Amino acid sequence: MKTILFIIQKEFKQIFRDKSMLRLIFILPILQLLILSNAATFDVKNIRVTIADYSNSSSSRALIDKLNANAYFSEVQSVSHTQEGIEQLNRGKTDVVIEIPNQFEKQLQNGNTTQIQVLINAIDGATAGVQNVYITQIVQLFNQNIQVENKHVVNEQILPNRIETIPSFWYNATLNYKTFMVPGILVLLVTMVTLFLSAMNIVKEKELGTLEQINVTPIKKHQFIIGKLFPFWVLGLIILTIGLLIAKVVFNVPMLGNILLVYFFTAVYLLLILGFGLFISNHTETQQQAMFIAWFFMVIFILMSGLFTPIESMPKWAQNVTLLNPIRYFVEFIRMVLLKGAGLQEVLPNLGIIVFFAFAVNGLAVWSYKKAN
Amino acid sequence: MSISIQNISKKYKNVQALQNITFEVQEGELFGLIGPDGAGKTTLFRLLTTLLVPNEGNATVADYNILKHIKEIRNSVGYMPGKFSLYQDLTIAENLTFFATIFGTTIEENYDLIEDIYVQIEPFKNRRAGALSGGMKQKLALCCALIHKPKVLFLDEPTTGVDPVSRKEFWEMLKRLKQKGITILVSTPYMDEASLCDRIALIQKGKILKIDSPDAIVEAYEKTIYEVATNQMHNLILDLKEFPSQYSVFAFGEFMHYIDKNDSFDMDVLRTFLHDKGHQNISIQKATATIEDVFMDL
Repeated sequence: MKTILFIIQKEFKQIFRDKSMLRLIFILPILQLLILSNAATFDVKNIRVTIADYSNSSSSRALIDKLNANAYFSEVQSVSHTQEGIEQLNRGKTDVVIEIPNQFEKQLQNGNTTQIQVLINAIDGATAGVQNVYITQIVQLFNQNIQVENKHVVNEQILPNRIETIPSFWYNATLNYKTFMVPGILVLLVTMVTLFLSAMNIVKEKELGTLEQINVTPIKKHQFIIGKLFPFWVLGLIILTIGLLIAKVVFNVPMLGNILLVYFFTAVYLLLILGFGLFISNHTETQQQAMFIAWFFMVIFILMSGLFTPIESMPKWAQNVTLLNPIRYFVEFIRMVLLKGAGLQEVLPNLGIIVFFAFAVNGLAVWSYKKAN
Repeated sequence: MSISIQNISKKYKNVQALQNITFEVQEGELFGLIGPDGAGKTTLFRLLTTLLVPNEGNATVADYNILKHIKEIRNSVGYMPGKFSLYQDLTIAENLTFFATIFGTTIEENYDLIEDIYVQIEPFKNRRAGALSGGMKQKLALCCALIHKPKVLFLDEPTTGVDPVSRKEFWEMLKRLKQKGITILVSTPYMDEASLCDRIALIQKGKILKIDSPDAIVEAYEKTIYEVATNQMHNLILDLKEFPSQYSVFAFGEFMHYIDKNDSFDMDVLRTFLHDKGHQNISIQKATATIEDVFMDL
């Protein structure tokens, strides 16, 4: 026990002595949380629209006003020919080109259907889809108004029978994506920092040759491993604390569930990540190799965590792969606890899986750690 | 017997690093392993310190078997790897305390053993190991290897990359440690250090070529060596190699060491030969053999 404490003490000394590393450990995650949470948005804003209005009537102007009034469209400009708009689209000066035909108002007044042409830059398919939805909604709204106005004139009795859906969004009533993203990004940061640090830590001793010296001492495997990894377990919890504070103070993320439960889960989860880091350390010879492998897994874990793309929309095989992804369970867990206020009962499956993974990975890591060859 | 090695062989994938090594080191002996880089010296050290497991053979260190009593060996040997392997970001005092603690001892307990060495680096004890000079690093590493009062000390090329004055000091320290009853196995690529050992083993390509005391090895050397110098040293080695009865030629300091095949070698014949090749100021004289000469001839 004395030996373990001494190694821990030594390890902390080394961490705090490396000032530039210390800054990286604490400042980078904070910056990332602040920046990523503001940047990683699914909202499509500032859409630039170019309109070729051939109708030039009060109806078409009403439609353009509607587009103008919408907060998502930042620049609405007019051109006299569709071709000009298309050129702008090609040059990347505009995102959407709308053509309103000559007969627009006339057709509407005669009770006929009319068409407008919408051209969208679809290099980014997802964004184009969202833009299309926005425009369709505006046009539909415009349509309803026209219908109501026209019907009003024709026959007061016939009112349209429509089923209107009024959604009520639970757990995130305002659909604030930050509420949704911040806890997830926090999970990523905690994972990333602890995985990288632990993966590089033992391999660093290998690289510097100090491990050789340590290996000829009577120090026991478990003493060394616990002594080396415990400081990073503590660092992980500190980063979680800082992250939760930022989430609360800066982003006002609701924290409905029990915070102690979050800490308990993280404590177990960190054991898993540290074990994984140790495993990487055992199978590499240099810090570069360790870093590369850690990154490789990190990228897969991040992209398949359900943080940026919903797991439900992945192909079946990919969904199965995510079952092995620890970040997935943590992201699920932290959203459930913070946003839904889930208790231990509800998160038991996630906790169980992480406990199982932690045992498996650490078992594997300790087994593959050898003092002699 | 402090170290006893029987028929040890070690193979890395395609390289036979050690082949049937057998020798013994007495208690309190200063034993040198002399050989060029890649001879297998470090592999032998790593085997004896339980960092590697041999493919064949066995050995005992301080009467403990390297395959069975790993823990006991680790408690009773001190190992100083060839590469400086202490924590560069910890200070001298912290490094020493660290190693004392993991061996379950304290600096005070064995201070008498390291005192001679430690006093030399003590003025810098709050300096980080990474900021020390080569000689001081060496002293610190030796202190760390000694802090638990080992019975056997393994020093893998301790003086490589150390200045001549520090090297001399270092060997004096080893002699003092020897007097305290510590068995020392030291490896070095420097032939001049070989004569400072009680006994040496010449090792090359994983094989032991000779084991004896340095004096005995030199005495047993039968061939006569001539040191040759002229005004054109860089042509000399090529010209000497063309001499019909030459046995071997190699550079030795400011001279060429020349060995002839025949016992009835006449210096004047060689002198004339070199003169015809255009050399001036030719000096040829008998030289006393050194370990290096023996080694070059093996």
